Amino acid sequence: MNLPKNLKYTESNEWISIEGKNGTIGISDYAQDQLSDIVFAEVIVSEGDAVKKGDTIATIESVKAAADVYSPVSGKILSVNEELGGTPEVINTDPYGVAWIVKVELSNPTETEALLDATAYEKLIQSHE
Amino acid sequence: MFIPHTDADRAAMLRAVGIGTLEDLFNDVPEKHRFPVLNLPPAQTEMEISSELQEMSLANESVRDLACFLGAGAYNHYVPAAVDAIIRRGEFLTAYTPYQPELSQGTLQTIFEYQSNVAALTGMEVCNASHYDGATAVAEAVNMAIANFRGKRNKVILSSALHPQYRQTVRTYLGSSQVVLVGGDSRAEIKTTPDALIPMIDTETALVIVQYPDFFGRIYDYTKLAAAAHALGALIAVSVNPIALGMFKDPGSMNADIVIGEGQPLGIPLSFGGPYLGLFATRKEFVRKMAGRLTGETIDNRGQRAYVLTLTAREQHIRREKATSNICTNQGLMALASTVYMSLLGKNGLRQVAELCFHKAHYTAEKIANLPGYSLWSSTTFFNEFVIRCPAPASEINDLLLDHDILGGYDLSQDFPKLENHILIAVTEMNTRDQIDRLVDVLAEVSHG
Repeated sequence: MNLPKNLKYTESNEWISIEGKNGTIGISDYAQDQLSDIVFAEVIVSEGDAVKKGDTIATIESVKAAADVYSPVSGKILSVNEELGGTPEVINTDPYGVAWIVKVELSNPTETEALLDATAYEKLIQSHE
Repeated sequence: MFIPHTDADRAAMLRAVGIGTLEDLFNDVPEKHRFPVLNLPPAQTEMEISSELQEMSLANESVRDLACFLGAGAYNHYVPAAVDAIIRRGEFLTAYTPYQPELSQGTLQTIFEYQSNVAALTGMEVCNASHYDGATAVAEAVNMAIANFRGKRNKVILSSALHPQYRQTVRTYLGSSQVVLVGGDSRAEIKTTPDALIPMIDTETALVIVQYPDFFGRIYDYTKLAAAAHALGALIAVSVNPIALGMFKDPGSMNADIVIGEGQPLGIPLSFGGPYLGLFATRKEFVRKMAGRLTGETIDNRGQRAYVLTLTAREQHIRREKATSNICTNQGLMALASTVYMSLLGKNGLRQVAELCFHKAHYTAEKIANLPGYSLWSSTTFFNEFVIRCPAPASEINDLLLDHDILGGYDLSQDFPKLENHILIAVTEMNTRDQIDRLVDVLAEVSHG
């Protein structure tokens, strides 16, 4: 399982990379593996939208399941990955790279303190096995 | 084969819950209510019962006994014998929904053909495996439009010429939701063109719903209304009578986003109101928001054509509370009936049925409008149904017609207080010239009276 150390994770399997007051959000390698072949992805927020921590920002469907993606933080959407709708399979192949979902400007950076680091997240997913 | 619980199973379950006999489970029900004495007549033999029921059934008067001019959503069309012969085959008649769907290739193939036929007829790109009936299909169109906008638009505009029962069903489905239903008040002005809906559309509007032909039988081209809805980002749904599409422009050509409708006219008997068939078709871009099952065609690992249930991740058993609808049930047998009907008639046959209905209805309308005291309520183009202004209340006229073995039209005053003395007359290919002339003769008696 690929769990980059520089990222923060949520219990609902999203990742966020923080640079200053901005963050980039996606779903973890574990999440894509659990979903299996992803056939559909739709980002349901738009640039400029305000989101709260826990709001649904995208919907992903695989051949066997459908899942919502929740925002790990509160903030304003800076940009959404427009490519994802046309090539949802990149979530399987490159979940931390081209398959980023949204970029967000954090409105409450202290929220990140409650997120999991790679070690804590790995422990969490091991407990699911 | 279904194997019920054995006595040993029951004894084990009773032990597990700590009681001695099954009756102990009912101890909380007061004893005098446990086995109430039923007020039933003495027992009869099968022969006696059969004869008594036969006698009771003779009191029914069906469209086989009466000349039928009643429509308002359900129409008396000829059902070719082949429809019944095919749907009564045990493989179709007794099969429940395929839970291991790909094992039932025959069922999936008929659903695929049904979807293809309905998509072609409505001018749309995708069609689901059907809903319960026309009314619930309209409610599912609302569900889909609301899901499409994810709560960002909650207003739905209902045309006042949408079937009143469809409107009620929409209210039942959505009464406790965030959805705001606008328009369609039965006291509202109904003699307006669809253009009257345009000022009601705004950026809160998710969906505009119209009917084609509308409840009063009128045919309008909704192209302009669709453009107005799209200009403000809203969707438009058109509820159709599928037979009318045999001769009139399809809603796809008007840029409708959703086409729904009552499929009963396509080879399904009136049967006291059901089972009927809910048609639901839409554009490809909305396929993931569409409720219901969807069959697709593919090839198997030997290169042979095969059918599968497809895009099932949309459905309630996977999406749970986030699904567009929690109803995936389709009317499989009725969808099959309509598929057989459409296949037998073909494009030209359907056009012939539609034209027969159209010409007979126009003959009837002209005859009635020439009677003193009667007039056509609207001068708009109509298909096979029209509103007549009468010299007496519709209920009185219908009573008189029934005395002459004629099932009269729909009494509009029951839904529209403004349409007192107005009757909605439907004519199909089943109405003979003799029936129509008899109808006109009896109506003439009223105007002379």
